[in-house]
Amino acid sequence: MVFGVTVVVFVATRLIGDPVNFILPLSASLEQREQLRADLGFDRPILVQFWDYITDVFTLDFGTSTKFTNEETIDVVFRFLPKTLQLVAAGMLVAFVVSLVLGMLSAVKPGKITDKLLVGLSLIGLSMPQFFLAQILIVLFSVRFGWVQIGPGPWTHMILPAVALALPAIGRLAMTVRSAMIDELNSQYVKAAKAKGMRRKRIIAVHALRNASIPFVTLAGWEFIRALAGFTVVVEGVFGLNGMGSLAILAIRERDFFLIQTIVLVVAVMVVLINILIDLVYKTVDPRVKLG
Amino acid sequence: MEGRPYEVRAATKGVFRELLSDKAGAFGIILLGILVLVAIFAPWVAPYGPTEGSLSTANINPVWGEGGSWSHILGTDPQGYDMLSRLIYGLRTTLLIATAVVVIAGTFGIAVGLFSGYKGGRTDRWIMGYVDVQVAFPGLLIAMIMIAVIGGSKLALIFVLSFNGWMVYARMTRGVVLSVKEQPYVEAAELVGCTPKRIMFRHILPNLVSAISTLAVLEFARIILAEATLSFLGLGLVFPDVSLGIVASAGRDYIFSTPRLIIIPGIAISILVMSVNFAASWLRVALDPRERDKRFAASAISNNGSGAGQ
Repeated sequence: MVFGVTVVVFVATRLIGDPVNFILPLSASLEQREQLRADLGFDRPILVQFWDYITDVFTLDFGTSTKFTNEETIDVVFRFLPKTLQLVAAGMLVAFVVSLVLGMLSAVKPGKITDKLLVGLSLIGLSMPQFFLAQILIVLFSVRFGWVQIGPGPWTHMILPAVALALPAIGRLAMTVRSAMIDELNSQYVKAAKAKGMRRKRIIAVHALRNASIPFVTLAGWEFIRALAGFTVVVEGVFGLNGMGSLAILAIRERDFFLIQTIVLVVAVMVVLINILIDLVYKTVDPRVKLG
Repeated sequence: MEGRPYEVRAATKGVFRELLSDKAGAFGIILLGILVLVAIFAPWVAPYGPTEGSLSTANINPVWGEGGSWSHILGTDPQGYDMLSRLIYGLRTTLLIATAVVVIAGTFGIAVGLFSGYKGGRTDRWIMGYVDVQVAFPGLLIAMIMIAVIGGSKLALIFVLSFNGWMVYARMTRGVVLSVKEQPYVEAAELVGCTPKRIMFRHILPNLVSAISTLAVLEFARIILAEATLSFLGLGLVFPDVSLGIVASAGRDYIFSTPRLIIIPGIAISILVMSVNFAASWLRVALDPRERDKRFAASAISNNGSGAGQ
């Protein structure tokens, strides 16, 4: 999969235009342009360029950035990566905890006021574009009430971005937990446990939750991957955070080929790692699952 | 599907009765219908053109705000363009793009799914292997790079969003085909000597109608949001084209000074997507006889329950 992504991105980047025109000023002569193109190796046939790139990657040489002059692209990526990882970690933590709690609360008493409120709110929340959610958070909590500042500062500046990233995920995840929980609570083994005289809390927290968490893990993993695979770009853009998303936009605008390739490569590797992690979580939740 | 009249009547029977009992669904459908009509007749409905206005009409407040008037109901933006008119024209573009993407991605995905599922074997493995790879792609990143390659036009957006959206249809179609293929009536049709084409379209495809139409409506909502997101990131349409995403992203720099410039388009997008989502939830129940039974059973039980309680 990583290889497939690499090929596509390589071809696509060669198509988006000529980085030379972005590096040199407009006044540069034709000879100067040709010279730079040759220096960067962009004048060679695409297959040769690709072969060079692949062999370089195996020696952990990811090329130098053309935008950040003379800096290794991998260093640039690692400089921007922490912000995104912080954001994703905080956002997903909030999303997982809140959606589990909310989903369970509404599943315990389906059709009651908490349940209806939750279903209605998630429907509205999922109908809003994420950038709009983020902007509303800013207008409300930062401009109107002045509770949290945005922009660089102490750790509190990450609260709103994390919430903005978490909200759509909460909507989807809480609905999954709710429907899975309702199914489990109506199943035979719950009735048996109840008949045996087991306390309701224990039935819900131990028996039903474990079975209901299988679809939750699937979807939670998907949310995690989605967030890492570039969907933080919106939140980063609205809050002005310097993460991978902002870097990707910058790299695409500036036609920084090697940087784009490295970004996508790093993202693809992370996605593969998360997939392995999800399989491991499955195994813990459901012992019947075999790792293959 | 060349449905015979009585078959069509049997299939649609109950669909509209269901609509009357589902208030949220009816609300969604009616709202969506109005919005579609407004979009189609945009040049007659909109009070101004999308790029009509000058600095002399800039920054007028909406009707409810200070100094607002009925000539600019939702106010104007810093360029002096009328907000309501821009939203109406933006709606037109957005709906056009979303419809085109659903039709293109849907047709292609269903065709691939039918072919792959019916053929089976190595063809199926290869096609689905490819689908798996593309699904695992960081979709938004690829879309951003592609837009940068081909530039921001309506056609480019339609192409990119279709390219990123056909896999869901293929997977779902293939799943249904695989489960239906082993049914006795398909085997019987094969024995009688029906051509593969006839079996696919006449015997297998009708099983997909309910699942696919719900999926298509949900995808419609997703694409509206995706277009808005791309436009917001500055990788959507370019001036003078307007879409809902463009209108929303234009207010980006005024979030602290005039927040209404982001709030009004944001609400407009949310209302549109919400009505589509409501319509989808209605469609899911209305088109699937099993779901209809479930709902009927639920209402019967609750009626009995309340009756017994009295």
